[in-house]
Amino acid sequence: MVENGAVSRRRMLTLAGAGATAAFTSAHAAGVNFPFPGGEGERTITTAFPQKGPMILQRTRPPLLETPFDVFDQGVFTPNNRFFVRWHWAVIPTSVDTATYRLNVHGAVKTPLSLSLKELMSMPQTEIVAVNQCSGNSRGFFQPRVPGGEWGNGAMGNARWTGVRLKDVLDRAGVAADAKVVRFMGADKAVVPNGPRLMKSLAVDHARDGEVMIAWAMNGEPLPLLNGFPIRVVVPGWYATYWVKALIDIEVLSGADENFWMKTAYTIPDTPGANMRPGQTGVKMVPINHMVPRSFVTNLRDGEKVKAGAPLAVRGIAFGGDSGVAKVEVSTDGGKTWSATKLGADEGTYSFRRWDLSLPAPAAGPLTIAVRCTNTKGLVQPPVPNWNPAGFMRNVIETTKVTAS
Amino acid sequence: MSIRIGYLAALMGVLAGPAWAGAPQVPASLSVNLPPDSRTFPAGKGVQAMVRNCTACHSVGMILNQPRMPEAAWAAEVAKMQAAFKAPVQKADVPAIVAYLTAIKGTK
Repeated sequence: MVENGAVSRRRMLTLAGAGATAAFTSAHAAGVNFPFPGGEGERTITTAFPQKGPMILQRTRPPLLETPFDVFDQGVFTPNNRFFVRWHWAVIPTSVDTATYRLNVHGAVKTPLSLSLKELMSMPQTEIVAVNQCSGNSRGFFQPRVPGGEWGNGAMGNARWTGVRLKDVLDRAGVAADAKVVRFMGADKAVVPNGPRLMKSLAVDHARDGEVMIAWAMNGEPLPLLNGFPIRVVVPGWYATYWVKALIDIEVLSGADENFWMKTAYTIPDTPGANMRPGQTGVKMVPINHMVPRSFVTNLRDGEKVKAGAPLAVRGIAFGGDSGVAKVEVSTDGGKTWSATKLGADEGTYSFRRWDLSLPAPAAGPLTIAVRCTNTKGLVQPPVPNWNPAGFMRNVIETTKVTAS
Repeated sequence: MSIRIGYLAALMGVLAGPAWAGAPQVPASLSVNLPPDSRTFPAGKGVQAMVRNCTACHSVGMILNQPRMPEAAWAAEVAKMQAAFKAPVQKADVPAIVAYLTAIKGTK
């Protein structure tokens, strides 16, 4: 039994004891074994991290914690204590004094700012529901494999973010006419003296689009420390690398941002689907940017037994990436024909969206369920996985293999 | 209506902030502890070089969770740690590190 997840020892016991319907509510799995090509997919579940429930331990320091996939079957909002965690450097601000915390805004601005949390939180409030997904979510499924955080599919989450528009903060500082990019830096620091401190930037027009925000709450609660307490950047529709945590510094630049984390790290082939061949040379690389559509079955797992001769309820989540979900379709004949699913409540353009379908009663035997999302820009998930050396932007059509009996 | 909103705001003030200000309350200060590493490198030639050079920046599990890769890919990874992330890897230790990584995580 494998996971898109994994089936834990406890879950297997649950499966055996109480039937499949109760199987995916298990919150205390002992471990998972991702079906990565070439193996090396065994991970333990940890409950040792502050403000976090059971999480898949990808790395202790700096923390990389993955959301167990059964969490995504419980609703379109990912609970804060199950939300994935990813830090680049091990010097993490583990103690935050909210009375003295400051956000500095400087560079190509008329009036540099040093805002307290109280000042920031007195500005007009805004809210958005948006998926936060690691650029390298699902990296472990790349073939050939690539080094990095070897995630399954759970380096993503969806939350309602509350905070202020970045535009309002920038307008308060007065962005200079020649400003090009807006660069964010968090309180986390490199372990080694010359290590490049994490900084990410957005074009000034993007930063001022009224959607990019500085959030102090997710799902109505303060951010967990490991998700960026007390404030983080939220860039709806873009990969999480831009969502700088524990934000302390905004610098407006008049030129391009040449820092390592923009120029070298987090770059993708400038090709459709960020796709290239292993070993291919001379590929133009650009900073990773907007997300692409994805969809998943959440109520069935690879290897699961289902009932033959009775309609099969299939459900899951989808998101459009940088736009809404236009449709989610399911195929059980290898992609020859696709059936439309019923979409759940629309929580916003950048949110997870629930989908449901009752499949006609399957005959006894194996059944492969494929699901694909088309976003409102018309982009559809591809049948063939992409490849690039950093393991970014996987969004191939996912399949779940079950057996009806 | 305004009375009702005021009442709600007063109720919510307990959780979200002072009703009179209309602004959400600054969250309480926070201090957490992160857990220590729980894994160690499997025994093998070069393990001391691994401990000396690799675990300042990241825990052992980062390496143990990597895919199997050919020796050249491991050499490139070590070089990337030095060049991009400025890891102060001792030059003399590089061959032992690459050999160890290839031994535990090489392609078969």
